[in-house]
This record gives sequence, structure tokens and C-alpha cells, in this order.
Amino acid sequence: MHDYADIFARSFGLILTGDPGLWSVVLLSLRVSLSAVAISALLGMPLGALLAMARFPGRQPLIVLINALMGIPPVVVGLIAYLLLSRSGPLGVLGLLYTPAAMIIAQTVLVLPIVAALTRQQIEQLHAEYGEQLRSFGVRGLRAVPTLLWEGRHGLTTTLLAGFGRAIAEVGAVIIVGGNINHVTRVMTTAIALETSRGNLALALALGAILILIAVGVNAVVTMLSLSAGRGTRG
Amino acid sequence: MAEPGAEPPTPPPASPGCGPIRVSGVRHGADGRLLLCIDRLEIASGGVSVILGPNGAGKSLLLRILHGMIRPDEGRVSFGEGPPCRQGMVFQNPVLLRRSTAANISYALRVQGCPRHRRRLRLRELLELGGLAGQARQPARTLSGGERQRLAMLRALAAEPEVLFLDEPTSSLDPAAAQALERLIRRVAGGGTKVVMVTHDLGLASRLGEEVIFLHRGRVREQSAAAAFFAAPRSTEARAFLALNQVRR
Repeated sequence: MHDYADIFARSFGLILTGDPGLWSVVLLSLRVSLSAVAISALLGMPLGALLAMARFPGRQPLIVLINALMGIPPVVVGLIAYLLLSRSGPLGVLGLLYTPAAMIIAQTVLVLPIVAALTRQQIEQLHAEYGEQLRSFGVRGLRAVPTLLWEGRHGLTTTLLAGFGRAIAEVGAVIIVGGNINHVTRVMTTAIALETSRGNLALALALGAILILIAVGVNAVVTMLSLSAGRGTRG
Repeated sequence: MAEPGAEPPTPPPASPGCGPIRVSGVRHGADGRLLLCIDRLEIASGGVSVILGPNGAGKSLLLRILHGMIRPDEGRVSFGEGPPCRQGMVFQNPVLLRRSTAANISYALRVQGCPRHRRRLRLRELLELGGLAGQARQPARTLSGGERQRLAMLRALAAEPEVLFLDEPTSSLDPAAAQALERLIRRVAGGGTKVVMVTHDLGLASRLGEEVIFLHRGRVREQSAAAAFFAAPRSTEARAFLALNQVRR
């Protein structure tokens, strides 16, 4: 039977003493997930805005596909990325398998549909609200996109934070394409799974506590943004 | 800092004006219903023209077609003989950007092509013209109803329009705010900008309007000088409309 008091004490000790093994895992997790969110924002926001504003053949099926991809299981993404990046796969020549880059790619595939779909939804709503006013200023069609993105900045930031939440918390994709290699591709979620199976509960608990703190922090930021957006729109 | 009613330090933008607004053969419908049917209408350049009529008469639709927001199913709208006129429009429920008062005006100046070096001066002129210099840094969506409407008007004036379209500008305002907006409209019209206004406020229409265009069921029933219209409307529909609205007032 575990001595839970001792496990808790040692886990907080690891956090407070700045254990290099623990913090290197945390930093790699942040690097991978933030990179995936940044790439998803760069690709997903223009894609979402295009789907909201432009009319072209195949638009509706594309919207359905992107909406469906929001719920794709991470292990399936991991499997597909593995097949693409493995030595015999079409992208095997890049040598990315079991590297942080492969993990970033896998997480981008997970986050991109969320960013694109929610951006489309928000831009469509904003366009319904602002469209007539902007047309009156001579701002029509895709020219309105930068204005709408800026007007929707609070909602879009929340979208990115939701994407970050999905990325930082997932384990299935990164463990397949990253391989959970110590000091190379070990991130918080994969380390928790490994250390728990090894019985190293103090380290697993410390990582879990940091993961929860990150989740709470992200939610706090979302709440603050919503409140500040509300303050700016009353009246 | 100028109060809403105070004289602005700079006059409203002088405008060379454009020719009369000509509407010919305009037909527009939706869901199989003909909403607007105007064979010929000419709105004189300069001054304030008021479009009156009961709900559903097609007033706001006509205003949007004149402003080019809606392309009619048939017919055309032209502005004199020269190049297209600079235009502005204030909607009944204007959408303000989630920015400060000043940033709302700056945005309108930028997207409507005001040269960068002139923007700061124009911004100051417009803020003072609308009596909003004191609220320049306030988030626009926290302004009062009257201030919001004046801000919408200032944004529309950013392009130094030769024609300004107003869609029921005072409909949701209290008397003091409506009065402040009326002064602003008067000042803008006095500066040479043609004003075409849809309103249900007969008092405002009679005080500001020089001509009245009366619409009923999508057709122009009457177009006459405002004084003549209010003294003795020619059409039965206009007489009934005035009688009903005067009783309500």
C-alpha cells in the first residue's frame, strides 16, 4: 500500500526544488503544444475565415469534414502520422519520426480543425452582425476578414486556448509518433503514463499537478478575456 | 472639449455636392413579393429630403438601394452626370466596432481612403463636431444611445460624403439625445452635404425636411415640398398616414 502523504510530499518537493528531469518534460510539453497551436492559428484562422466568407464548390463538404475532424481520436491521428512519417512511409525521408517535430505535426492535425471550425463559426456570426456596416464603408468580401478577425479577437483567443487544452492534454498521438524517449520526446502526459506504470507516483503526481495548474490557468485566462470583452461591450 | 450642443471649432466638411439622385424603373422583390416599384424618382441635390411612409412601405429598402447596399432586381440609380458620389450611411441600429470612440472614427477614415497625414486632424474635427471629444478613449459600446448614434454619424462623415443617408436616426433616442442629433444633421446639411433621411418622427421631418417623398406599399405616392406636404397632402394614403400619426403624437 502506498504512503500517500509521502508521495504528495515528494511530488511537491520535485516541483518546488525545480527538479531538472520534471521541468525538462514540462518545457518540452509547452514547446510542442504551443508550436502546434501557433501553426494551427496561422493555417486555421485564414481557412476558417475563407470558409465563412467565400463561396466555392465543395465548401459545404469541407465544412462537414472539418467539423467531423474536431472529434477525431488522437490515437488515430497518431497512427496516420506514424504511417506517413515511418521510414517506409511517403514522408519517411524527412526522418521526423520520434522527434518533437513529429509530435508538433500530430498535435497540429488535432488542433487545426478546432481552430478552423470555431473561427468559421465566429466569423460567420460577426459577418452577420457587421456585414452591412462594413459594406457601407466600402469594405466588402474578403477585405472584411482582417476587421472581423480583430473584432472577434476575444472569441478567437478562447478558440486558441481550447486548442491548446486539447494539445497539452492528449497522449495517444504523441506517444505513437514521439515514442516517449527520455530527454527527447517525453512530454507530461506520456511521462505520467510511464511513471505510473513504473510505480514512480511522486513524479507522475507532480506532472499531473502541473498539468492541472496549466488547465486551470488556461481557464482563468479564458474567463478574464470573457469578462474584459463584456466590459467593453456593455451599454 | 466641445459639449454636444456647442458650436464646433471647425465647420463640417465642405462638399461640392453631386447632381440629383435619379431612380428609374426600379423593381425589387423577395419571396415572390414586389417590395419596391418606382418608375421614376428624382431627388434634388442639396438640402434634406425625407422619406416617409408606414411600416413596410419600402423606405429602408429604398435607402439601401440608393446607397448601393442592395442591387435592385431591375432599374438603376444614378447620381448626376459625373463620377459616383461619395456617400455615407447611418443605420437605425448602427454596429459599433469593439474599439474606442476615436478608433471607430479612425477605422472609418482609414478604410475610406483618408490620407494618413490628414487622419489625426480629421479625427479631432469629427470628434468635436459630434461633441464626443471627451469620450474619445471610451469603448464605443459603452456610450449612451445618443452618443452611439452621433458616433455612427461621425463615421459616416469620415468619407466627407456628398450624400448622407440616414435610416431612422432618432428612433431609439430620448428627446435630449434626439435634439443633439438633429443639431448635428442640420449642421451637416448646412455644410452642403445632401441628406436623405427615413424617419417616423414627423416633428423631425417637418423641422429638417425640405422635400418629402411619401411611399406606400413600395410605390411613391407623393413627392412635394415639406411645407406643402404637411399642410395639405395630396394623396389619400398620405392624408391617412398624417392623420394617424398626428393622433398618436
